[in-house]
Amino acid sequence: MSKPKVGFTWCASCGGCDEAVFDLAEDLLQFADSLDIVLWPCAMDFKRSDIEAMQDGEMSFCFASGAIRSSEDREMAALCRRKARWLVAFGTCAHLGGVPGLANLDSRESLLQTVYGDALFGNASPGQVRPQHATEVPEGTVSLPTLDESVKTLGQVVRVDYVLPGCPPPTRLIAAALAAIVEGTLPPPSSVLAPDVALCKQCPRIESKPDGPLLRELRRPHEHEIDPEQCFLAQGLLCLGPATRDGCDHACIRGNMPCTGCLGPTSGTRDFGAAALSAVASLVDSHDEHQIAALVAEIPDPAGTFYRYSLPGSMLHKRAGGPAGGGPRP
Amino acid sequence: MADTESSGNGKAFQPRIVAFFCNWCTYPASDLAGASRMKYAANARVIRLMCSGRLDPQFVLAALREGADGVLVGGCPAGDCHFQDGNIKCRRRFELLLRLVAQLGIEPERLRLEWISASEAEKLRDVVEEMVKQLKELGPLRLEPLPRPENAGVSELPSAAVAADGGPP
Repeated sequence: MSKPKVGFTWCASCGGCDEAVFDLAEDLLQFADSLDIVLWPCAMDFKRSDIEAMQDGEMSFCFASGAIRSSEDREMAALCRRKARWLVAFGTCAHLGGVPGLANLDSRESLLQTVYGDALFGNASPGQVRPQHATEVPEGTVSLPTLDESVKTLGQVVRVDYVLPGCPPPTRLIAAALAAIVEGTLPPPSSVLAPDVALCKQCPRIESKPDGPLLRELRRPHEHEIDPEQCFLAQGLLCLGPATRDGCDHACIRGNMPCTGCLGPTSGTRDFGAAALSAVASLVDSHDEHQIAALVAEIPDPAGTFYRYSLPGSMLHKRAGGPAGGGPRP
Repeated sequence: MADTESSGNGKAFQPRIVAFFCNWCTYPASDLAGASRMKYAANARVIRLMCSGRLDPQFVLAALREGADGVLVGGCPAGDCHFQDGNIKCRRRFELLLRLVAQLGIEPERLRLEWISASEAEKLRDVVEEMVKQLKELGPLRLEPLPRPENAGVSELPSAAVAADGGPP
């Protein structure tokens, strides 16, 4: 029997998802005995033409990481969809948009203005030169991908069969997914390849989480010496464990940092940010309406906190209003 | 909902309001307004919740996504909640939600939380009238449609190839 062909590829990704595959270390070599890795641009020398040369559906599984935010990403997503029988949204960016998805709080124009027009990074280009899609040079025309108006999830541009969430996806979940491919024990398509339970349920600090409202003041991690045993919420630190899917082996918690929600929601939730907001706000320990307003005002950046990894995959998807952002269009 | 309402095709803009009213105070208030034959704007579509504390912030975002121009939430006055403090639980989430939607370019004035007891039909009428007036000033809420693969113009693998394969190996 031939070995299942598996590919890894990336769109708007930092490479952390591929790094997580490397973290399989010796296990990866074992998988290589039973799987044929036919595509992995981050690790080996693959060109786009290699993917194009494949037959449609030639790969059994393609793990695609990264958000979709340029013409190149869209083309790569479409190509992988054609060449793979089963497409896996690999990592939080492919699943929900990830950190690059926070770009949806601004318009494309204001992003370009910040990077190429203002001297923010000390690289304001003379005459505000911006990347052009096509440029004439003596040898001919050279082209660059174009930046899309908004960041999208992989599932918003192509049909996705499986999701393996996480920023990066936990190595244990990757190993389990590859083992399931080898053994033919994958769950039905459209499954999320991670446990369907909230992080709090498995959290080593759950014993110290009070039952009722407990937030009387909010602290930020750098303002407070964090108790390594006690529930973060009981210490006044925003932890998104109540709304976040488990499966990460609590790397952040064990590192004494609260959960930021990278594995996304459990199956009952449509909008992660709204669910996380609800979980945190419910813990505010006050019956006084002014006090409640004052306490929630201490969260400096609600969108960046609750939608840190999931704005493109949320119900609103991006900032409302015209290209400049803000109010309704006339 | 009639498509003509928010489209502004010659007709005056009529805001769509989705109203979440609690079973014990604001919903009876709207009943009383009806029984008393009060006249007020017909823009609110009422959804009854057993308690305003049941209001999941996702309901509000879903209403906006599905075409509401504003969302009104009605609950029992402080101290009168049928479930002791469900209305306060609603307030805690609502305050934070207002800050979140503002960052996402939606005017917080489109969302309103009011305590309206079962006997305050006049207050209900006034709140709805006020809100309609305010939403008319703000204009329709225009959200871009959510991106979907079927609109991305990607040619799929021929279904025969998938069918022949049956399922994951």
